Amino acid sequence: MPWLCRHCAPEPCGCARPHRLEHPELFALSVAHVDADAFFAAVEKRRRPELAGRPVIVGGGTRGVVSTACYIARLSGVGSAMPMFKALKLCPDAVVLRPDFAAYSAVAAEMRRLMLALTPAVQPLSIDEAALDLAGTEAVHGAPPAAVLAGFARQVEASLGVTVSIGLARNRMLAKIAASLDKPRGFAVLGSEAASLLAPHPVTLLPGVGPAQARRLAALGITRIGQLQGLRPAEARRRLGEDGPALVARAEGEDARRVDPRREAKSVSAETTFAQDLSDPTALEAQLWPLAEKLARRLRETELAASGVVLKLKTARFALRTRQARLAQPTVLPDLLFAAGAALLAREADGTAFRLIGLGAAGLAPLAQADQPSLADPDLPRLVARQKAIDGLRERFGVGAIKKGRMFFF
Amino acid sequence: MKLKADRATLLRALGHIQSVAEKRNTIPILANVLIAVKDGRLSFTATDMEIAIVEEVAASTSRNGAATAPAATLYEIVRKLPETAEIEFDHPGGDAPLGLRAGRFNTSLVVQPVEDFPSMTAGSLPHRFHLPALVLRGLIDRTRFAISTEETRYYLNGIYLHRAESDGHPVLRAVATDGHRLARVEEPLPEGASAMPGVIVPRKTVNELRRLLEDESGSVEVALSDTKIQFTVGPITLTSKLIDGTFPEYERVIPSGNDKVLRVGKKDFADAVARVAAISSERSRPVKLSLQKDLLTLSAASAEQGSAVEELDRDHVEYAAGPLEIGFQARYLNDITDQITENVEFCFSDGSAPTVVRDAGDQSALYVLMPMRV
Repeated sequence: MPWLCRHCAPEPCGCARPHRLEHPELFALSVAHVDADAFFAAVEKRRRPELAGRPVIVGGGTRGVVSTACYIARLSGVGSAMPMFKALKLCPDAVVLRPDFAAYSAVAAEMRRLMLALTPAVQPLSIDEAALDLAGTEAVHGAPPAAVLAGFARQVEASLGVTVSIGLARNRMLAKIAASLDKPRGFAVLGSEAASLLAPHPVTLLPGVGPAQARRLAALGITRIGQLQGLRPAEARRRLGEDGPALVARAEGEDARRVDPRREAKSVSAETTFAQDLSDPTALEAQLWPLAEKLARRLRETELAASGVVLKLKTARFALRTRQARLAQPTVLPDLLFAAGAALLAREADGTAFRLIGLGAAGLAPLAQADQPSLADPDLPRLVARQKAIDGLRERFGVGAIKKGRMFFF
Repeated sequence: MKLKADRATLLRALGHIQSVAEKRNTIPILANVLIAVKDGRLSFTATDMEIAIVEEVAASTSRNGAATAPAATLYEIVRKLPETAEIEFDHPGGDAPLGLRAGRFNTSLVVQPVEDFPSMTAGSLPHRFHLPALVLRGLIDRTRFAISTEETRYYLNGIYLHRAESDGHPVLRAVATDGHRLARVEEPLPEGASAMPGVIVPRKTVNELRRLLEDESGSVEVALSDTKIQFTVGPITLTSKLIDGTFPEYERVIPSGNDKVLRVGKKDFADAVARVAAISSERSRPVKLSLQKDLLTLSAASAEQGSAVEELDRDHVEYAAGPLEIGFQARYLNDITDQITENVEFCFSDGSAPTVVRDAGDQSALYVLMPMRV
């Protein structure tokens, strides 16, 4: 069985207690997913060594939720996106730090530089996550991808004080799943056993299967990935609809997406799939408001602002429509995101039945540039003040504490 | 259609016409000029469907008729003919080419059907008033630099022309803003404008009109409805659609309590800004104004190029309020001082609040500037 030592690779193992990683296809696989462990908390711990043994929660800021919890805090049950008051109930002695995105970006940039030393095919997926394709690099490095990645993980830890988890597989989807199998400080390999390994897992493990899709599948009696495997395309289409065959392919561990280094990190967005297809413009618009609020929240959490919006619609026949509009200036106000999205939607809501709507930021700017006073917008200060008040209430009482009047009309 | 006209007359008219004619060929015929002789009078027409310009041109005509020909080509041909040339147009009608002759030069231009040329009708224009060309120029020059070019807020892509009260007197106001600066200019309300609706005149129309006003010393007739505006400048009629939108309630962003007043000679100030700003090629870099009693220090810095400072002391400035620091984009300062004749008056509140700028010798114009962080 091919193996390597995670202490020594890519050098030959010479240590007394090798950290063995073995897999029949270990040296044949070349697509990797690299994900930093509790990234924000790790960066904070590195620059404040006195926090090393303590539970650390990064979050708060504009909204009272957990952005990242370190693994010590996670032991108490603290998780991402959890309201801060709840997190502190679970873990009262946690050290809560406001996010310092400038510091995180600096470390992330350094990590990206180390990745680019392995292969030019690096596709950032978020601030602390990337897909890498190391195919054809063996001749350059004099070692197979698996060995090079083991060395990379140690290098990141030594020079940046951040640990990463690595998934290695034949495609991006499996690599991402693999990376999640062995966190933190993990290295997992997923080869031809992927299909049988995935089979007992819930369908929600598959990319693209959100709560709505899971509900639809559950209605058909499908909850485990294994139940999708082996369905013939015609049957899949009949039972699951247009994208049935694609879903089955994913369930079987197939993913045709390439690692595309030109693709920027995933943009900030929010989307929802309807329980039933919608064509009525008013009904569609009603779906847009909560997305605008969610988008605004996500932007503020990442200390970013939208310089434009992109509206995403999927028709009942699975045709995708995306429409973009620039904004007068970067914003994080749900009202302005909604207004821009609604204007785009008005042109698309022509009676077509849609199954999904999404609203995202088209172009990002630093949060500090958002919603600056403008001579052309006398109402802006009022909107900003109102949003601040709403956020304050939510920070104290939770997201559901205050809702826009329009949420009750439908 | 048959006519004769001298080169200078034609060139002048085609110059006016061809900038309206659409150069980007979305609809090919919009690149054409309609040449028409009716009742013995020659007129040129061009339109981009938003604006139409019609100019009556002096010519000796011998046969009525009409044809359309590419405006840019025609302009180029006429321009290249000798200065004293007399040009003869001859068009037998229909699809036949348009013949042009000047001396021994001969050209025949492909025409497009006159029936296809879109006509933009003004409709009824119930509000009608006259403004001296000089006054209209002043309204345009002191506001158009602030017109927004950003298309998201299309209602800012023009000058908001409307009637208002100023110190109890009815005035005609022109306002433009791009969010960073705002310009408001007013003139006594002319007769016939008292019931006019507030209208937003598009930037392209403003620029075309401004060109037509260049050498005009007489009076301009302005006629408008809710949707169209028409300017008659001598033999030229410019008709334009208006921007269908609501201009912001700008009065609410004009500060009223700014009590820190700086007076400075326009030339001293503008020259100092230009010198200090030269340190940075980045347009968005601010010029910092640091104020103490009767002392203005202008400074700018650029990480790559270095820094620059200039002081204007009591011989040049008058400032009695407490110390203040505020930054502005150099270009925004220059756009305003360009419109000021002698002395500039700044009214500040603090370093982050909108600042009011005026011409110390002329209260008809008011400018508001958003500061930049320094």
